[in-house]
Amino acid sequence: MKNSVNYEYEEEKGLKISKEEEKFYLASQWQLTWWKFRRHKLAIGGSIVLIILYLLAILCEFLSPYTPTTRFSGYSNALPTNIHSFDENKKLHRPFVYGLKRELDMKTFQYVFVEDETKKYPIYFFVRGEPYKFWGLFTTNIHLFSVKGDVPIFLFGADDLGRDLFTRCLYGARISLSIGLVGVSLSFTLGIIIGGISGYLGGTVDNFIQRTIDFLISIPTLPLWMSLSAALPRNWPVVKTYFAITILLSIIGWCGLARVVRGKLLSLREEDFTMAARLAGASEWRIITRHLLPSFTSHLIVSITLSIPSMILGETALSFLGLGMQPPAVSWGVLLQDAQKIASVALYPWRLIPALFVVVTVLAFNFLGDGLRDAADPYAR
Amino acid sequence: MLIPLLLVVSVVSFIIIQLPPGDFMTTYIANLKMSGVEVAKDEAARLRILYGLDKPLYVQYLMWIRNIILYGDFGRSFQWNQPVKEILADRVTLTVIISLLSTIFVWIVAIPIGIYSALRQYSVFDYTFTFLGFIGLSMPSFLLALILMWFLYSQFGFSMTGLFSPEFVTAPWSIARVLDMSKHIWLPIIIIGLSGTAGLIRTMRGNLLDELRKQYVIAAYAKGLPERRLIFKYPVRIAVNPLISTIGWMLPGIFSGEALVAIVLNIQTIGPVLLRAVMAQDMYLAGSITLILSTLAVIGTLISDILLAWLDPRIRYGGVTE
Repeated sequence: MKNSVNYEYEEEKGLKISKEEEKFYLASQWQLTWWKFRRHKLAIGGSIVLIILYLLAILCEFLSPYTPTTRFSGYSNALPTNIHSFDENKKLHRPFVYGLKRELDMKTFQYVFVEDETKKYPIYFFVRGEPYKFWGLFTTNIHLFSVKGDVPIFLFGADDLGRDLFTRCLYGARISLSIGLVGVSLSFTLGIIIGGISGYLGGTVDNFIQRTIDFLISIPTLPLWMSLSAALPRNWPVVKTYFAITILLSIIGWCGLARVVRGKLLSLREEDFTMAARLAGASEWRIITRHLLPSFTSHLIVSITLSIPSMILGETALSFLGLGMQPPAVSWGVLLQDAQKIASVALYPWRLIPALFVVVTVLAFNFLGDGLRDAADPYAR
Repeated sequence: MLIPLLLVVSVVSFIIIQLPPGDFMTTYIANLKMSGVEVAKDEAARLRILYGLDKPLYVQYLMWIRNIILYGDFGRSFQWNQPVKEILADRVTLTVIISLLSTIFVWIVAIPIGIYSALRQYSVFDYTFTFLGFIGLSMPSFLLALILMWFLYSQFGFSMTGLFSPEFVTAPWSIARVLDMSKHIWLPIIIIGLSGTAGLIRTMRGNLLDELRKQYVIAAYAKGLPERRLIFKYPVRIAVNPLISTIGWMLPGIFSGEALVAIVLNIQTIGPVLLRAVMAQDMYLAGSITLILSTLAVIGTLISDILLAWLDPRIRYGGVTE
């Protein structure tokens, strides 16, 4: 008797599903994934940060007050400019900067920059400054913000040639952030083709490919990259070096993706729905593209997201050592070359700011990837 | 498995040596020219024959390998004007020592934290370490080295570069030198180990959480086993297994990290030599370093496989029945 009561109770409960539940049952897989992803606060934070960073990189010409090669003589190693909102009478003022003057510090006998409180330079938006070619399309000279007059504004300080570090960080983001995407799309293509062949053909081919991957994974990447990059001529143009570095990074990068593709293909091949499709007379191509690929796209997206940081770090490390991008080009790694000597970092700690960009980017990608991994399988628990 | 892998490693290293345009002699002659010594054409040709550079590539490869296996002769570094073997002998030892200590550090730190995080899931401790773990994973070791160095230098005014105090750098090995090294070695070890630690904590925590949900653990709890004994006797032992198999991929990472951190902290290991060699296209040196590091990593992976088979008989027997 007791059993049947229970059964009836369940039945009743089942009939009266709330609006919320109904929405849940009717939702598509992508919708469920999105809902689950939305709950992961860190991942949302990570994606917002990434969107901002990529916007900075895309719009860097407009957002930065100068160009990465603009030199301000007399301002080498100038410290980050303070932005003031109150003037000397404690009255609210349009944000402004003071002029800088160099003074000899009588204790250390080094020149230091001191704010010259007699000269005020307000900050203006949409200032006409140095001309640049926006995205290589049209020439303009409007910068988001700058100061009028002959003093520069250095949000992050200046390097030893008197170039604005903030501007250079934004331009550096362009190379550093894009190399991750380009590198990943390259290794993704390689990974999906090789992994697909490996999982699909099986047998000797599979064995051979798997051993190759084993080998590539078991050698220390950095020494290999370093040795390989030694073969790159130093005088190559920026674009050529860029692609060479990307290819270098992808040599190792595709392995992980190929493994994911192969593993998923192997396990999904045995699933009932594959068998059903086969019995229904679907062609192999249709099974792969219509049934197998969609079932592991989410996993692929996760692996891709998680492999972008290692690309970015690889480029940064190589450029930092002077083996990656070469100086006229600007990337975060190139900027960090200035921070190699501990004595210079101690004097000019703002030289470490590009490192902050790298860490924040990688952290954001990791959070995003973690959230995506949780969301990738919306039916689990 | 080991022998073919090592063969491939050696071929790749040889390719690296051959990659830059020209050969050993071209660089050698260019260097002599720079210092003002003119080398006659036939003299160059004679030298080429002497070093076997006129022979086809595969013969050169076989000669190179034969010299390494029979005499431990890796070729000559023109940059140092010394046999590669002499340059590297001491440094390889240091690299291995630092890498091993880092691995041990990773284990000692990560396993207890991982266990505790899993047992007290979602506690403040767990969250703290999850967060720290993420930062550890995202912080490349060379940046950490830079930042720590700057911090120590600006706050306490001491420079953490090098592995020895100045008076010990070139001194022969002695007890005093080892003691001096132990004063400096901890910073690189922590820096190199940190990213590995972060990853390992995550793995350990995940593994143990999976085990803790299993029925045998619930049964053991129900039976009234004290928690400490229960946890360490069963689930931890099983959860540690995958950790050992991860040494395989941890080692290459540690070697990479070691090379970079050594360059930043200016430690007398393989890293800085590799950088200089690569910069000067001193290919015998660069290729040998790639060969040595890869060989070490491959051997490390093999050891981890053996350890795993010893720890977990299922893998051994599974292999036999296949």
